[in-house]
Amino acid sequence: MSAIYILWLRQLKRYLRSRARIIGSLGQPLLFLLALGFGFGPTFAKAGGGNYIQFLAPGIIAMGILFTAVFSGIEIIWDRQFGFLKETLVAPVSRLQIVLGRALGGATVAMIQGAVVFVICLLAGFRFQSALLLPVALAFMFLIALLFTAIGTAIGSVLEDMQGFQLIMNFLVMPLFFFSNALFPVQGLPRPLQFIIHLNPLTYGVDGIRGAFSNTFVFGLGTDFAVLGALTAILLAVGSYLFSKIQL
Amino acid sequence: MSAMIEVRDLVKKFGDFCAVDHISFAVPEGKIFGFLGPNGAGKTTTIKMLTTVLHPTSGSLSVDGHDPRREQHQVRRSFGIVFQDPSLDDELTARENMELHGVLYGVPPAERKERIETLLAFVELWDRRNDYVKQYSGGMKRRLEVARTLLHKPKILFLDEPTLGLDPQTRNHIWSFIQSLSKEQNVTVLFTTHYMEEADRVADEIAIIDHGKIVAEGAPAALKEKTQARSLEDAFISLTGHAIRDDEASSADRMRMMRRVWRGSGRR
Repeated sequence: MSAIYILWLRQLKRYLRSRARIIGSLGQPLLFLLALGFGFGPTFAKAGGGNYIQFLAPGIIAMGILFTAVFSGIEIIWDRQFGFLKETLVAPVSRLQIVLGRALGGATVAMIQGAVVFVICLLAGFRFQSALLLPVALAFMFLIALLFTAIGTAIGSVLEDMQGFQLIMNFLVMPLFFFSNALFPVQGLPRPLQFIIHLNPLTYGVDGIRGAFSNTFVFGLGTDFAVLGALTAILLAVGSYLFSKIQL
Repeated sequence: MSAMIEVRDLVKKFGDFCAVDHISFAVPEGKIFGFLGPNGAGKTTTIKMLTTVLHPTSGSLSVDGHDPRREQHQVRRSFGIVFQDPSLDDELTARENMELHGVLYGVPPAERKERIETLLAFVELWDRRNDYVKQYSGGMKRRLEVARTLLHKPKILFLDEPTLGLDPQTRNHIWSFIQSLSKEQNVTVLFTTHYMEEADRVADEIAIIDHGKIVAEGAPAALKEKTQARSLEDAFISLTGHAIRDDEASSADRMRMMRRVWRGSGRR
């Protein structure tokens, strides 16, 4: 347990000490929120969708979490290149504990990032319906944070250097964000697109957060939880397995 | 006296390339064993296999009576290591790096606190304990790594070029401490170095490895006698030849190159 804690603490310290990283990774969500939120607002309202900022904010929060979480997981590659990974690999600690410590640390960092984006959304005019459902929103934020850190961990365990970085960025992270319900409602989309969006785990996270804020879930609270919970467990297992196969 | 480290017929192949080619040796408890060889001879590869982070192609290994392949946990408990490349977290302070190590190795809090202070004072870093490691010089990082690996009182020490980049004063200081560990606490030491006079002075036994094979083994004096050389350095050259070896670019070098190529696209 103490090994998990100290590795969690390490991730947290590294994040809080790197102001450039905190501010840098806020830039993208901020841009999307302001440009798309206010840019498409009138069109969205005219089409009968209501207030676009209300719709968009949960998607942008999820986006902040998605990016930070995947990169926290991928940090294994930096630790491998700059040497610290060796220190943990020769320690008498099970690989599962190392992965859990790292994943929980990464997820916490992503949660903080998501919370900051949430505050920015509030400043931009976003309002949530009931404070009672706020813990539900936080629970969904944490689930997607953990899920995507686990994915990052799995990828980081397989890649030896950053050559695949653009690949991950453009063929995993970006599609996960764009082919979800973060920016637009799923209803009324062409069938193939709907199908893809339903396969995307982020969709259920966004639905969960949006549902908790507005009290209307598209898929239902239970479905969102079940899908994300099961996927998170599976990916943590896969991440741990791949991590345990690392050789130097 | 039982062997703390035992290697028999060890082979490691990377594709067609045979990095370690049927080597055997044993290090008795409390002895200091020098593992010498030119760049790329297979020293680090052997240490990686002994320390559970690389799987051998064939052969048998034993560290503190346990098999690094099957009984990883017991093996990992028994040794401390200073790696050839840095293994510190630059974004943490020296003390935090020590603390993290102590927790990973289950050193109880009170003892941890005390030993961290003693060891950091020993390597003369106590005054800089709250500085980030990224502000340290190469020599300071090395000293911190030496201090860190002693924190959990390992029975066996693997030191892969532990004194690289250190001034003679610090080198002396560290080696006399390691010699006292071996004499007084019966710690077994396996080290590599390119400083031959260092190996001559501290090693009880030396193995010279070249192209993955052990070409000579024995006490420093015996090696000198065998090659009729005046110094260990002459003996080393007479055994391994004058050709200069290419060291394969480390993955860190490759990474730095990639970063340069992809500049502007990295997020950090």
